[in-house]
Amino acid sequence: MLIGARFSAIKGIKPHEWIIRFVFGGAVCVVAGLVAQHYGPVLGGLFLAFPAIFPASASLVEAHEKQHKARAGFDGTNRGRTVAAIDAYGATIGCIALAGFAAVFWIWLPRTSPWIVFPLATLVWLTVAVGLWLLRKRFFHKPRSASMQKGRSR
Amino acid sequence: MSHELTESLARFFIGGTIVSFFAVLAEMFRPKSFAGLFGAAPSIALATLGLTIASHGSNYAAIEARSMILGAIAFLCYASATTWMLWRYKPPALTATLSLMPIWFGVSFAFWLVVR
Repeated sequence: MLIGARFSAIKGIKPHEWIIRFVFGGAVCVVAGLVAQHYGPVLGGLFLAFPAIFPASASLVEAHEKQHKARAGFDGTNRGRTVAAIDAYGATIGCIALAGFAAVFWIWLPRTSPWIVFPLATLVWLTVAVGLWLLRKRFFHKPRSASMQKGRSR
Repeated sequence: MSHELTESLARFFIGGTIVSFFAVLAEMFRPKSFAGLFGAAPSIALATLGLTIASHGSNYAAIEARSMILGAIAFLCYASATTWMLWRYKPPALTATLSLMPIWFGVSFAFWLVVR
């Protein structure tokens, strides 16, 4: 399967992990508003692309992977950090889509109703993010089986 | 209760909810490179742009969105550096993400100096 969703993963999120994400996300939104209020929309707008949940999610990804390996009797420290790097790589692709989302708002908001711009920008973000991820998978990702076959044929 | 405090409280609760929603999506999806896309989701923008439009109008929000493009480029630099550091040196993820955060501030501030 190319992309999968595991609903049971929600049960694995601990209460303090929910609280960290909620409080940090809420706090960044308040800061973005206050900066815009005091220093204007040019500076305030930068904070709309602040990496709000990125540090927390990368460290939680690392911790979950480490726990997963520990349950199997292995030291998952290195594996956890590798998975965090893969997660960060996904975020790098997501940043291009984030810029696309902002561009839709910048171009269309003064001309069109926000009721049209919000879903349109979200759709552009999702399409660009998934599209770039699939392109990367298609052109730059070397399947494990292919690399193993290459190794065997040597 | 003052208008500013009410707006800040609304931002906090709407922001916290939307950020948590994207965090859940990031937790659910596999593979991890796909789930990582949600780490750069427009969660703060979705939470605050509606309130900004309501209080300051569409043109003001469009100026914020223009700056957001620059913020996203800064995020791209920061996320690329974090990926490289985690892949190459394997430090704890929290150490890498927090120690490289000045990249986002530096690139954003440089852009702000250019466009202000």
